[in-house]
Amino acid sequence: MGCIEELTYDIIEKGLSFPESRLFIEKNYSEVYHIMPGTKIFGDPLIGPPPIAIGIEGDRVVFPYVKPCHGTFLLSIEDPDEALRIRKTAKFAGRKK
Amino acid sequence: MSVQKRALIVLGCPEVPIQMALALFAGYYLEKGGYEVTTAGNPSVMKLIKTSDPGEHYLRRLVTLEKCIEGITDRNDQYDLCICFAHNDAGISYAATMRYLLAEIRFVTLVFGRNAEELSGSIEFDGVKIVEPAVHNPIPIRRKLQEVMGWGASKN
Repeated sequence: MGCIEELTYDIIEKGLSFPESRLFIEKNYSEVYHIMPGTKIFGDPLIGPPPIAIGIEGDRVVFPYVKPCHGTFLLSIEDPDEALRIRKTAKFAGRKK
Repeated sequence: MSVQKRALIVLGCPEVPIQMALALFAGYYLEKGGYEVTTAGNPSVMKLIKTSDPGEHYLRRLVTLEKCIEGITDRNDQYDLCICFAHNDAGISYAATMRYLLAEIRFVTLVFGRNAEELSGSIEFDGVKIVEPAVHNPIPIRRKLQEVMGWGASKN
């Protein structure tokens, strides 16, 4: 796959459906942002039905990562620059419900 | 001078046997219908296509899913038709992404595999939806695809 798999990441959840991953982010992260499919984060276009929810906690970015044969993973990557970029460019969708 | 029509075939995880057969079938008929066909898939899909069609008679232009999406978002690649294959939740996610990025074109989603009916209920985007719980036998879903695309009736 792309650049994301070459980064250091934590797997928060796996084997989720895409709607479950969105719900997980909206329930568990202090800041939630929405981006549209194909928008790049960490250099890769994100996949999924719009809107795609991204969670940010401090410098950690939590996002869904879809693999054709393995479903949706929720990955967490610590990166202050990317967290700041998302805060500046993505649509703020509220705090955890 | 006429501009050549362009079609995009987006393949999902290749674990369900009918996908490869239908992809080659679609490639044949699309090209016969005057389309330049690009096929996107993961690396396993690429290897299966190259093994099934070493002479590149049916699917000539192969691209990874990521490069395909980048082509649309970064280089404004244009298509007239997109056919997406989906037999799991990830396949639906890819199809939804392609539909979002290719909002104005003719769009067909083939939903197959044992959970096809349930899976098709999760589709929230528009376009033609062909649903058949097919795993090994391509004939019923092939007939539906032929009917939708006008690719001639077959009695086989």
